[in-house]
Amino acid sequence: MPGLSGRMSTVIKAKISKLLDRAEDPSETLEYSYQKQIELLQNVKKGIADVVTSKKRLQLQEQKLRDQVVKLDTQARQALAAGNEDLARTALERKNVAQTELQSLDSQVAQLEQQQEQMTASEQKLRAKIEQFRSRKEVIKAQYSAAEAQVKISEAATGVGEEMADVGLAMQRALDKTENMKARADAVQELEAAGTFEDLTQLGAGEDDIDRQLRQLSSSSEVDSELARMKAELGTGSGPAGELGAGSPDNDQGAEQQASTGGNAGQSQAS
Amino acid sequence: MIVRIATEGQYELTESDGEVFNELDNHAVNACEADDEDQFHAAFQELLAFVRNNGGSVPEDRLGPSDVILPPPDVSFEEAKAEFTGEGLIPG
Repeated sequence: MPGLSGRMSTVIKAKISKLLDRAEDPSETLEYSYQKQIELLQNVKKGIADVVTSKKRLQLQEQKLRDQVVKLDTQARQALAAGNEDLARTALERKNVAQTELQSLDSQVAQLEQQQEQMTASEQKLRAKIEQFRSRKEVIKAQYSAAEAQVKISEAATGVGEEMADVGLAMQRALDKTENMKARADAVQELEAAGTFEDLTQLGAGEDDIDRQLRQLSSSSEVDSELARMKAELGTGSGPAGELGAGSPDNDQGAEQQASTGGNAGQSQAS
Repeated sequence: MIVRIATEGQYELTESDGEVFNELDNHAVNACEADDEDQFHAAFQELLAFVRNNGGSVPEDRLGPSDVILPPPDVSFEEAKAEFTGEGLIPG
């Protein structure tokens, strides 16, 4: 029947069985097993602390992505108000990518939270088992012959080893997951950093690799509808896109003023 | 029979449960061998549900190892295939 041994569990199991083979005197094995268990328990604790640290890093990244979404939204509005629809579209595409990533990060961090709780519970259970092993070893030493003791020790130590390996496996999986999430969020942030909109005038000059990548990543229909919504909000919505760029600064200002008084700028201009 | 669901904990199944368990286990392994991902996830979930619903809790003071170790509930198809087909890893 198949069973599973992850990297961690294989390593820990190997360690346990190795130490069982070593000693000829069962009581020596008992002491050694117990010492080793205490040592490994420290590793488990440290591993869980690592998971918590990684999770906190991800939460920081989430915050950065949230800020980025707000920033890109503002920039899209600014670009649109200045009549640069291409730039607005690029900003919205980036916002779309950041938003999608943020959503998946959110749900994965929630999952991680759950895993962390489970691991903490397992660690407590493991500690209780090690404590049991400690009291059991005194009984074994006192009551059994060497041969019988060897069997009892082996069984108990293997059981504790399995429990330990299992917490180790959970830990390993949680850490792998945080690494994956972190790498993805980093990639999105790098995309944004590579084409920062610090200076609005620098953009709109042409499409670079980043823009093409973003276009592929973001859903264009979502970007289109958001752009349309934004245009309507700014009151520049009803005219064809081509007319936007053609307008003089004065006209744009006029349109904005009309928009702010609540009228539909496009219609007012046409009438 | 003591079954461990990796990363979750141990359950105690009766001997008669063991037969059903074996059958469900074979379904999951067959799906892996047939390279059928959907089938694998369905079979594996069924197996997990069977163990959780029928397995009794293992006494707190039991220190012994499990007879069988199942993969973690969130195992991916790729991981399971590596586990169940070919040489696999060292069995639990």
